[in-house]
Amino acid sequence: MIKIENITKSFGDKLVINHISGVFEKGKPNLIIGASGTGKSVLLKSIVGLMKPDIGEVFYDGRNFYGSDRDTKIEIRRELGMLFQGGALFDSKNVEKNVMFPLDVLTKMSLAEKQERVNFCLQRVGLENVNSKMPSEISGGMKKRVGIARAIVNTPNYLFCDEPNSGLDPQTSIVIDDLIQDISEDLDITTIVVTHDMNSVMGIGERIMFIYKGEKLWEGTKNDITHSGVKELDDFVFANKVMNSLRGT
Amino acid sequence: MIRDIGQYFIFLRQVFINRETFITYYKLVLEECVSIGIGSLFLVALVSTFMGAVTTVQTAFNMVSSFIPDYVISQVVREMIVLELAPTIIAVIYAGKVGSSMASGLGTMRITEQIDALEVMGINSISYLVLPKIIASLMMYPMLVIIAGVCGILGGYLAGTLTGIVSPNDFVYGLRSSYNEFTITFALIKSFVFAFLVASISSYKGYNTKGGALEVGISSTQAVTTSVIAVLIADYLLAQLLLAQ
Ligand SMILES: Nc1ncnc2c1ncn2[C@@H]1O[C@H](COP(=O)(O)OP(=O)(O)O)[C@@H](O)[C@H]1O
Ligand SMILES: [Mg+2]
Repeated sequence: MIKIENITKSFGDKLVINHISGVFEKGKPNLIIGASGTGKSVLLKSIVGLMKPDIGEVFYDGRNFYGSDRDTKIEIRRELGMLFQGGALFDSKNVEKNVMFPLDVLTKMSLAEKQERVNFCLQRVGLENVNSKMPSEISGGMKKRVGIARAIVNTPNYLFCDEPNSGLDPQTSIVIDDLIQDISEDLDITTIVVTHDMNSVMGIGERIMFIYKGEKLWEGTKNDITHSGVKELDDFVFANKVMNSLRGT
Repeated sequence: MIRDIGQYFIFLRQVFINRETFITYYKLVLEECVSIGIGSLFLVALVSTFMGAVTTVQTAFNMVSSFIPDYVISQVVREMIVLELAPTIIAVIYAGKVGSSMASGLGTMRITEQIDALEVMGINSISYLVLPKIIASLMMYPMLVIIAGVCGILGGYLAGTLTGIVSPNDFVYGLRSSYNEFTITFALIKSFVFAFLVASISSYKGYNTKGGALEVGISSTQAVTTSVIAVLIADYLLAQLLLAQ
């Protein structure tokens, strides 16, 4: 479980995240949704510690991340996996080396153990026979999958995904969404997914936090999202034609 | 400007604290050595050979008095190549080739979030990415300078003897006369300083890239410009410090 309190972040005099608090539970993906540029990535980066918020605390199962010393921070870091928007694969390493990388630097496993774990994770994300391909040789969807494999290879307790579907076709998007959902359930970990894709919201949105211009305006499940009574959320939800045709049903 | 310099020193501090294990760096350093050393070998050899050749021809052209013996030409060529041309001019080329590729490599890693990916794993990305580049640069650049010195003198010899400006015997005699060991030491001191400056400044510029592909190009250009300026300033300061009587 991850708890955030009063996260606030501005760049210069531009307030990007405005006092956001919330709780992200284990086992099911937690979605942070909102239009582009509303501060979702900044919020996610504040949670994982890539950007220090001006105010606010983040608790990883009770451990205060920003209040900890360096060693505890590293300990927490080593329990988390993150999927970046573009995959963020190391382009000088092939697929296998990319996925093995966290094991290389964070564990003392033998090569055989690492190999086995890497193959298991690649299989888990539905990739086989691509071990020796370079990131530049595989498609966007495959990069995302390799990114997921790398994020879960060291059996994290926390998984973060920034726009796992951006740049993917609808079919691949669903595959990736389901994969993230399955992994969260199977491993029983805390997963936070940032997205602006209504398909994902309606697919895996059991727990949703809606952000608008840096503020949390709504929280709930996909079942309630169409009748939240929040105007900004309605605008976001019904910007999609398919969703709009369902309006009022 | 002052702020930039301050941030550069904070960056350097990050390079040397909170390091990963030795074995992690060992492999990274070797990889960097290959890309820095082998990658620049041809260009350095080519440039220094021609530099030596041109220096010889021009020195001969300027020595109009028949009172000056021919061997003085190779003596002058030796001093110029070893003291200044090999360490300094090659540093400019090194900044253009190695510095720019370090900066664009790190800049690309920054904008594609590869650096964030390292940080999320709890790795000190500055130290992990930059320290191997600095160490590899300190190891390879002095070797490149030595090679440049040899190629430069060889180029001078070929140009001088093939065109008949100076006889082979005179050229070799000149190379060996009034030789001062300290010029070599001085050239090597310069090489270490320049190697450090180019690698650390270029890494700093690349690591702190913000934005997109365009900014990667800008960082890379800035890395070259700033490293070259730093090299020239350091060149002057070192000459003052170590050569002034
Ligand atoms: N490093 C930064 N420096 C300055 N402004 C930033 C930075 N990162 C993000 N921003 C600004 O914060 C706002 C929110 O960005 P972001 O979180 O990336 O949006 P999104 O919800 O699309 O992920 C944007 O207006 C962006 O310009
Ligand atoms: Mg974003």
